[in-house]
Amino acid sequence: MSEIKEFVTFRLNEEYYGININNVENIEKVLPITRVPYTHDYVRGVINLRGIIVPVVDLRSRFNLEPKENSEESRIIIVNLEDLKIGMLVDASSEVLQIETSEIDAAPNVKKDINNEFIKNIGKKNGRIIMLIDLHKVLNIEQHVE
Amino acid sequence: MDMSQYLEIFIDESKEHLQTMNEILLDLEKDVDNLSHLGEIFRIAHTLKGMSGTMGFNKVADLTHKMENVLDLVRNGEVKVTSHIVDILFECFDALEEYIDNLEKNGSEGDLDSTALVKKLADIADNKGHVENMSGKKDAPSETKTTTAELSDAFHIPLNDIDSIIKKAFEMGVKPFLIKVTLDEGCMLKAARSFIVFNTLERFGEVIKSHPQAEEIEDEKFDQSFEVLYFTKLDKEYCKNELMNISEIANVVVEPLSEDDYLLEETKEDVEVDLAHVEDQVQKVKEENQNKTEKSKTSKTVRVEIGRLDNLMNLVSELIIIKTRLEDLDTTQQKMVDQSSKNNMNEAIEYLERITTSLHDAVMKVRMVPVERTFNRFPRLVRDLSKDLGKNIKLFMSGEETEVDRTVIDEIGDPLIHLIRNSLDHGIESPDERAKSGKAEQGFVALRAYPDGNNVVIEVEDDGKGIDPEIIKRKAVEKNVVTKDAVELMNDKEIINLLFEAGFSTVDKVTDLSGRGVGLDVVKSKIEAINGTVEVNSTVGQGSKFIIRLPLTLAIIQALMVYLNEEKFAVPLNNIKEITNIDTKDITMVQDQEVVLYRNKTLPIIRTKEVLEIDHTRDDADELTVVIVKKGDVEAGLVVDGLIGQQEIVIKSLGKYLTGIKAISGATILGNGTVALIVDPNQLF
Repeated sequence: MSEIKEFVTFRLNEEYYGININNVENIEKVLPITRVPYTHDYVRGVINLRGIIVPVVDLRSRFNLEPKENSEESRIIIVNLEDLKIGMLVDASSEVLQIETSEIDAAPNVKKDINNEFIKNIGKKNGRIIMLIDLHKVLNIEQHVE
Repeated sequence: MDMSQYLEIFIDESKEHLQTMNEILLDLEKDVDNLSHLGEIFRIAHTLKGMSGTMGFNKVADLTHKMENVLDLVRNGEVKVTSHIVDILFECFDALEEYIDNLEKNGSEGDLDSTALVKKLADIADNKGHVENMSGKKDAPSETKTTTAELSDAFHIPLNDIDSIIKKAFEMGVKPFLIKVTLDEGCMLKAARSFIVFNTLERFGEVIKSHPQAEEIEDEKFDQSFEVLYFTKLDKEYCKNELMNISEIANVVVEPLSEDDYLLEETKEDVEVDLAHVEDQVQKVKEENQNKTEKSKTSKTVRVEIGRLDNLMNLVSELIIIKTRLEDLDTTQQKMVDQSSKNNMNEAIEYLERITTSLHDAVMKVRMVPVERTFNRFPRLVRDLSKDLGKNIKLFMSGEETEVDRTVIDEIGDPLIHLIRNSLDHGIESPDERAKSGKAEQGFVALRAYPDGNNVVIEVEDDGKGIDPEIIKRKAVEKNVVTKDAVELMNDKEIINLLFEAGFSTVDKVTDLSGRGVGLDVVKSKIEAINGTVEVNSTVGQGSKFIIRLPLTLAIIQALMVYLNEEKFAVPLNNIKEITNIDTKDITMVQDQEVVLYRNKTLPIIRTKEVLEIDHTRDDADELTVVIVKKGDVEAGLVVDGLIGQQEIVIKSLGKYLTGIKAISGATILGNGTVALIVDPNQLF
């Protein structure tokens, strides 16, 4: 019996990634971001999410991709992890995909670069490949919450 | 019956009663013949007894009952109030306070043993006040204690037929004990008492056998004592203490059975069930204890005057009115845009502004509590400490009614205790020394609170020997707090304030009270954590004065909004001394630091844009806009690109993901919905 899991997908360049839907609070259009000094490069700053200050992590920067201007399609995905609320800036995000657990494989461990560490599993759906990310590693939780 | 819903009320009321009791006891000490004080204490003890009895808190009820007995004698003139009696009453007060504290923290009275205290009270009652002779008899209960060796012979439980069980117990790591419990001579309900003993034992393990048999004990068919064979994982002392906590128990002897005697025996299966049970019990107790520690205190509450809530309610209704009015305006405006509707709009906005300001004020007031809550424990502290130190010290308090935010109240207690102890211990001299230097024998400590603009000031002043800058200088260099060169440049006030630096403690001798290595730096960091400041003024030979400034509220502050490039930042107004323009050519370099001479003082210039990682290119403007901020007595000038104006801002935290960011204390949301960071000038220099 294979279960069905739901993932919120987003796009960076032409690649698709997925986050377990249970971690996602909502998806916002890009709000004005205020830069914060003395943080990691990948922390873009903070936004005002209906009265709550939420930090935003730029996933392009975190995945070592070249910087790019925000476009109409850019989104901030608000995720809840442990008791943190964090925004993730991505190129686009729209879909929720249902993937059967039988269609989820361990990530191939060929290249040993930083991006590979972020990918926990690979999901397949209708011939598309979705990289399922490890939020703890991507958001570098251990280092931030000491 | 479930009493938990009444627990909070009980705790609140008990605390109030105890507070009154404390005050009256202090008064009584000064004026021992005043019968009205006694009547008052009696009344409080009586109320507490009633309340705790109803709630089933027997230790409190027991103690207050005994207090009542003594107080009654005193009131009837049969016993005269002596300092000994007052001391005992104070001890009772302490015990009661601890019980109530325990109740608040974990819902049970705790293990504090008040039997000695009860005995002292009973002694007074019995001897009708011949207490002077009593001091020797205080240890009476321990004298009657028989040694375990004597008693072990007296155990009547035959062990032969159950030694296999005992052996199994050892294998499981459970210890068997023989316990002999002796009840008080005057114990009326022996069966009930022993039932409590059994209950207590069953909580931590298993009673295997008893002598006499359980049924006989139930029928009170025993003298003053009975014995049990008991299996538990707990140790001897713990068992004993648990049992001694039960009232009307005269003595408990716990005798562990040695393992060697039973090692070679065979095992029986039916015992296993029992032992598993014991394990379960122990596990349960452990869990219970864990729950106790995990269960947090009762939630923070504030008692609010009903008038303040009414005011709040009024303001909210006005808010609703103005909302309707704005909606109204909106629909009319759609029809015609003319001068009159614009005026109406402005009027409505002004009205709204007034309401929000009042609302803010009112909500703040609801959170405010008088500093009395913190202050009222100090008379007792000073009394006890000066007794211990052999000094004659009077405490003056003023401004107890001054109100500060509830969160501030909770934080300010410890620093104040520290400062007062400091004054008593190190500040004020012994009576002899005082007489020698021509001062009155009685020293004083003054504790004052008063509002000062948007701050509340709390002062701790003493007329002791003061702080000698020379000693501080020497120590500071010795302990590498500052360099020798630096200290030579400092004035006396700056030197004295070195006291607050980490790793500084002036007293060589460590006393019980203060000088434990953690010193004033802890006081300072605690006060700074709630956005306050602390400084000290002192004159050698005349005394010292610690001045604490606290913000009225933590959540909303006045700030100056400034531009740095395109970014907006908020600088808290209470950090700002003034704003000025400075000519670039006046800046000189001193030890890699830009400074200007301003009002005859050197003012370090901080390139805020560089510190906040905005950009590192320096524009060559002839004139710089500089916001002069102060940290204590130190000042620095922050270079900014432009000023926006003063604004009331709501402080928001950056959250846990972004902690410990240098120079930024939080964020605020601007009118247009964007976020601006709040600069913490204290961390800039």
